[in-house]
Amino acid sequence: MSAPRDIHGYLADFDDIPGTRVFTARRARQGYHLNQFAMSLMKAENRERFKADEAGYLDQWPLTDAQKTAVLARDYNAMLEEGGNIYFLAKIFSTDGKSFQFAAGSMTGMSQEDYAAMMITGGRSPEGQRSIKDKR
Amino acid sequence: MARLTAGLTTSHIPAVGAAMDLGKTSEAYWKPVFAGYEWTKAWEVGQKPDVVILVYNDHASAFDMKVIPTFAIGCADSFPIADEGWGPRPVPQVEGHADLAWHIAQSCILDEFDMTIINEMAVDHGLTVPLSLIFGQVATWPARVIPIAVNVVTYPPPTGNRCWLLGEAIARAVASYEEDLNVQIWGTGGMSHQLQGPRAGLINREWDTAFLDKLTADPEALRAMPHIEYLREAGSEGIELVMWLIMRGALGPKIRELHRHYHVPASNTAVGHVVLEPTY
Repeated sequence: MSAPRDIHGYLADFDDIPGTRVFTARRARQGYHLNQFAMSLMKAENRERFKADEAGYLDQWPLTDAQKTAVLARDYNAMLEEGGNIYFLAKIFSTDGKSFQFAAGSMTGMSQEDYAAMMITGGRSPEGQRSIKDKR
Repeated sequence: MARLTAGLTTSHIPAVGAAMDLGKTSEAYWKPVFAGYEWTKAWEVGQKPDVVILVYNDHASAFDMKVIPTFAIGCADSFPIADEGWGPRPVPQVEGHADLAWHIAQSCILDEFDMTIINEMAVDHGLTVPLSLIFGQVATWPARVIPIAVNVVTYPPPTGNRCWLLGEAIARAVASYEEDLNVQIWGTGGMSHQLQGPRAGLINREWDTAFLDKLTADPEALRAMPHIEYLREAGSEGIELVMWLIMRGALGPKIRELHRHYHVPASNTAVGHVVLEPTY
């Protein structure tokens, strides 16, 4: 248990999980300002300013155009791809009055109703969802 | 001397807090979620812990990306309720136990766990939902709380073994505190769930059940479990389960399971809850 770990192998394994972006150091660096922007929405006055002028509010942060476009479109998969982390992005859908279930459902390509129905019947099966290379 | 008398685990799903705050607990969807906590609520009234050491993760509430402590301990006299984007939950402020918390911090650092000491911190659903589930809707929380915040958001989180060893160090710290206090330790988060990407909604009942069994039957297997197994089997947010091993490490080698509850779903998540007692 105290043997040194192979950090490269540790990180490489994360890319083998279907439909998942693990919040690694690389993504944390890429998404730093995106996540800090989202964090600013924890303050009620910032939420009001954002709602009044979303594009203007985003322009006050050093974001890439792709990050801004993803936020304005509420494209959560694109925000994840740009280094967003779901717990930070939660401040955006909370500002919109949306639930975690709405946001999670939106990332699967399913309708909110179909996603909720899948959860009630036991959720998404792990079969075939564990590993891309091993197809299991 | 202070005594570590029991441990429990529970999920800390935000929608569960919202269901309580909005009076929805008797609705058909929520009833089976809350039913599994009735035994514990009654048990806890008899236990009367003075202090709960509550292991949880902050969800981008007190900690943003500026500072990412792996293990942080709340040493304040009190902790306000965080505004997570829709206003703070309508629950009482959390009262800390600064003296015991500082004692644990000092003891753990000398024990080679370099804790981050937090003197001001708002606490989010990760901490308040477990309190609501176990203590119910109350005007003041009946126990003082020492928050232990663990990074399980930015990779790598601590290993399961490291969490276990921290639990052992916390237990040694509690045992060396001179005041006679009844102390519990709670591990929160989990069970299987994934909140992001096309794989969102993943639930693994079989794996969760095996995890619950191993807490008592084969904890050494959990201790050695690598992060990739949590990610593959329990979803990207299932990694929160490493925090349960801080609780489990603190209880020592011999324990008894007093109560278990498992239900799918609450929002996106499998609810898992056990109550454990050291048998010494």
